[in-house]
Amino acid sequence: MTAQDLRFAKVLVLVNAAVPGALLAWDAWHHNLGANPVNFAILTTGMSALVFLLLTLLVTPLRKISGWNWIIFSRRTLGLYAFFYALAHFLIFFGLDRSFSISSTVSEMFKRKYLFVGALGLLVMVPLAATSTNAMIKRLGGKRWRALHRLAYVAAIAGVIHYYMQVKADVRRPLVFAAILAVLLGYRLMVYWQRPKPALVTPPTNSPKPEPGA
Amino acid sequence: MKDSNKIPEREITPASVYFNRRTFIQAGILAASALATGLVYRELNPVGSGGAKTRPLAGLSPTTTNAPAGLEAMDPETSLQNITHYNNFYEFSTDKEEVAAAAANFDTTGWQVSVEGLVRKPKVFGLEDLLKISPPEERIYRMRCVEGWSMVIPWAGYSLSKLLAVVEPTSDAKYVAFETLLDPKRMPGQRGDVLNWPYVEGLRMDEAMHPLTLLVSGLYGSELPPQDGAPIRLVIPWKYGFKGIKSIVKIKLVAQQPRTSWSEYAPNEYGFYANVNPHVDHPRWSQATEQRIGESGRRPTLMFNGYEDQVASLYTGMDLRANF
Repeated sequence: MTAQDLRFAKVLVLVNAAVPGALLAWDAWHHNLGANPVNFAILTTGMSALVFLLLTLLVTPLRKISGWNWIIFSRRTLGLYAFFYALAHFLIFFGLDRSFSISSTVSEMFKRKYLFVGALGLLVMVPLAATSTNAMIKRLGGKRWRALHRLAYVAAIAGVIHYYMQVKADVRRPLVFAAILAVLLGYRLMVYWQRPKPALVTPPTNSPKPEPGA
Repeated sequence: MKDSNKIPEREITPASVYFNRRTFIQAGILAASALATGLVYRELNPVGSGGAKTRPLAGLSPTTTNAPAGLEAMDPETSLQNITHYNNFYEFSTDKEEVAAAAANFDTTGWQVSVEGLVRKPKVFGLEDLLKISPPEERIYRMRCVEGWSMVIPWAGYSLSKLLAVVEPTSDAKYVAFETLLDPKRMPGQRGDVLNWPYVEGLRMDEAMHPLTLLVSGLYGSELPPQDGAPIRLVIPWKYGFKGIKSIVKIKLVAQQPRTSWSEYAPNEYGFYANVNPHVDHPRWSQATEQRIGESGRRPTLMFNGYEDQVASLYTGMDLRANF
């Protein structure tokens, strides 16, 4: 992978991740969001946030299994897009459904479990987005940064539960999301369980340092 | 004379730069991938489109001027496009935007409705005979969905009480049970077990006999389109929309309160009565306000969907919080 190819791959991810937002804006401009535009925008941004959360969590397993180490570049971009879509999802709910009423938004969040769970998912993504820069990784140190960014698992779990809970009866799609998430998290548990036990490792091998982020 | 049109050799762009194969391929990959992402987005988030064409309804009369109050909502009507492309009709699709296309080829020829049970004159009506009982009149009703959105819909039909008068219920008849067609071939949604098919609904006798309760065969002056419940459905304007059972094949007069699909699916979320009530929230959403389709912002929900004057007396002395 040349530097030129990597640059192109970055553009590729950046552009594709923007497509859902761009199409939503295009459709809104052309009054083509169906009968219930606000609800439609809430659903599409929420769906996009979930998709990008799962894609973010796919990067590490894919990288380890395939050996394509270079794809790690996409994790930050995908994660940030997940955050932006989740934030847009909340802001549309707050602004256009609750008419910017803080009291109504907060009271709904505490009355409806699914809204509470969703808010939790968005909330834990805030520190992740805030510490996504290289400077912040340096400042926190790899170990602490990795520990903090395990909150991405919490965000994804909260997101899928939030989606499952708000569906009226047809839970097929939320279950597909749940299954994919289970595989992605299951992979990590498997890696965790199969890690070499310190006592059993014969010293002093030149074992490679763990990569940032698991 | 010198040929001024001739460009010197050294000024011609080298082929390697002019036709940059790499850039060309990358642009192609970028465009193709963005297109693919766009298609995935469209697949996951469809906007309602398609649907069947309907014929004008014969013999339609406007709302009679001496009709009881409440027969005509004064709010602006919701557009036909929105009424026919935002439907909860799980027999075709659980996505409101996809019902119109999924139901477009729904065949209703030879439709029959059996009216039976505790009646003196049970009868299996052909659709023609059923519609002949009374000429359709236009009724502009508010429709409030339990999900928190609403429409104003110009239905066409006649009061259910007129049909019940024909079959003569006995004094033992206390409730009316309704049933939708069960045919997974024609209703693809019934191939999955999202709900316990067929869809069933029910009303108390006095609710069924109320003049506002409408047996509907038309919409916007035309026949009822498949996605809105062709060929014959129920509309009870003071109740949540799911009480308005679609594509009816059976009406049975019974002594006991009949089971109803949504309250059977989630008894704590959907009650038998399902009267529109801004003071009793659904566990997962507030019922205090509603998104009127076609408006921006939410409006307050009215008790009994604004039909309080007409129907509140049916529920005197009843605890509407317990009987939601």
